[in-house]
Amino acid sequence: MKPARFDYARPATLAEALALLAQPDAAVLAGGQSLMPMMNLRVARPALLVDINRLPLGEITLAGGTLRIGALARHAEVLASPLVALAAPLLPQALAQVAHAAIRNRGTLGGSLSLADPAAELPACMLALDATLVVASAARGERRIPAGAFFLGLYSTALASDELLLAAELPAAAPGWRFAFLEVARRHGDFAMAGVALALGPNAARLALCGVEAGQRRQPAAEAALAAGDPAAAIAALASTDAMDSPELSAAHRRHLAQVLLRRALAHLEAADAAA
Amino acid sequence: MLPPDEPTAAIACTVNGQAIRTQVPLRRSLVDWLRHDVGLTGSHVGCEHGVCGACHVRVDGLVVRGCLMLAVQADGAAIETIEGAADALTLALQQAFFEKAALQCGFCTPGMILQAAELLAANPAPSRAEVREALSGNYCRCTGYQPIVDAVMAVGAALHAK
Repeated sequence: MKPARFDYARPATLAEALALLAQPDAAVLAGGQSLMPMMNLRVARPALLVDINRLPLGEITLAGGTLRIGALARHAEVLASPLVALAAPLLPQALAQVAHAAIRNRGTLGGSLSLADPAAELPACMLALDATLVVASAARGERRIPAGAFFLGLYSTALASDELLLAAELPAAAPGWRFAFLEVARRHGDFAMAGVALALGPNAARLALCGVEAGQRRQPAAEAALAAGDPAAAIAALASTDAMDSPELSAAHRRHLAQVLLRRALAHLEAADAAA
Repeated sequence: MLPPDEPTAAIACTVNGQAIRTQVPLRRSLVDWLRHDVGLTGSHVGCEHGVCGACHVRVDGLVVRGCLMLAVQADGAAIETIEGAADALTLALQQAFFEKAALQCGFCTPGMILQAAELLAANPAPSRAEVREALSGNYCRCTGYQPIVDAVMAVGAALHAK
């Protein structure tokens, strides 16, 4: 289980990295926690690895009501960040369930979002938090993509092959909004069988699922029901999700888990309110 | 064995405090390099895709999967393996693993001990659930985990008593 041969470059500047990514069959090496297994299994065989770990893209800042998390911020750093806890309390809830400690020490936000694994927690969080993703290429410069237009389906994003994700920008949590992330996995840290990322505001809601549909997206019918104060209708709406079907986990089972998790998430928020 | 024309790159790093300057094959993992080229066989190679935790090493103080990092990425880093981890916490864990029979074949033990040390350094009095969560990325096929959790809890209790 060794990777196929590749060329390796470790750019020192963003401009250098973007120029390298314009080459055919180049892959970005960030934390490597998904890419290296895929290369060891030879599911991925990039011709060129562009190791971006020396680029200054890991900063976490909060200014003007916007939380900006650099693409190279490690899961453990985001999980421990007081700025993130303040401005995006959904993220620590989710990150505590992302893989294991050693993976979180190395895995990055940008890597998880760029891969768009259907079971990954962070794409669902970006959707529920109304994030904007900042990407750049040598040919076309920087552009900003709303999360809803970034995730296009199974392992598919709006990133062009020569583009690099630079950061996620999230509006800081507004007063009156509450957040819950819940998932079911066979073992702590395993890929989610199903998960819900919920942001619930006054007469508004944003809801995304992971591990259920092949492409992560918001759930407009359930959101509308939540905004109208009808949680039962919101839970019922998840019965019509386009859930993935596989021998070990049927579509019906995934839909059932999504419904149970939304019910628990709402109960969890209600209990937190009652305690406050 | 890699072919003789295998592309390599120069790296300079420290391993257990000792400075090393060498050429490494581009596609050699950090753990393979430590075992085959540096001769430190305490870090083990289990699954080679980041699932089992047998390959854990410390890179700049953080426990990482040695199979998911390339040796070439160790350039400029301080690497620590189980052979060099001689801090009081690690030694206490080694003794506790021995006393609680927290190992049988020993394949997972170096990874377990490094991960448990990282947990106890951050949280000296973890609950059993917290220990299990911290070790959830380390597979053991012998013990059934109970004595491993017992050993980590015993070191935690001793730290707490201090």
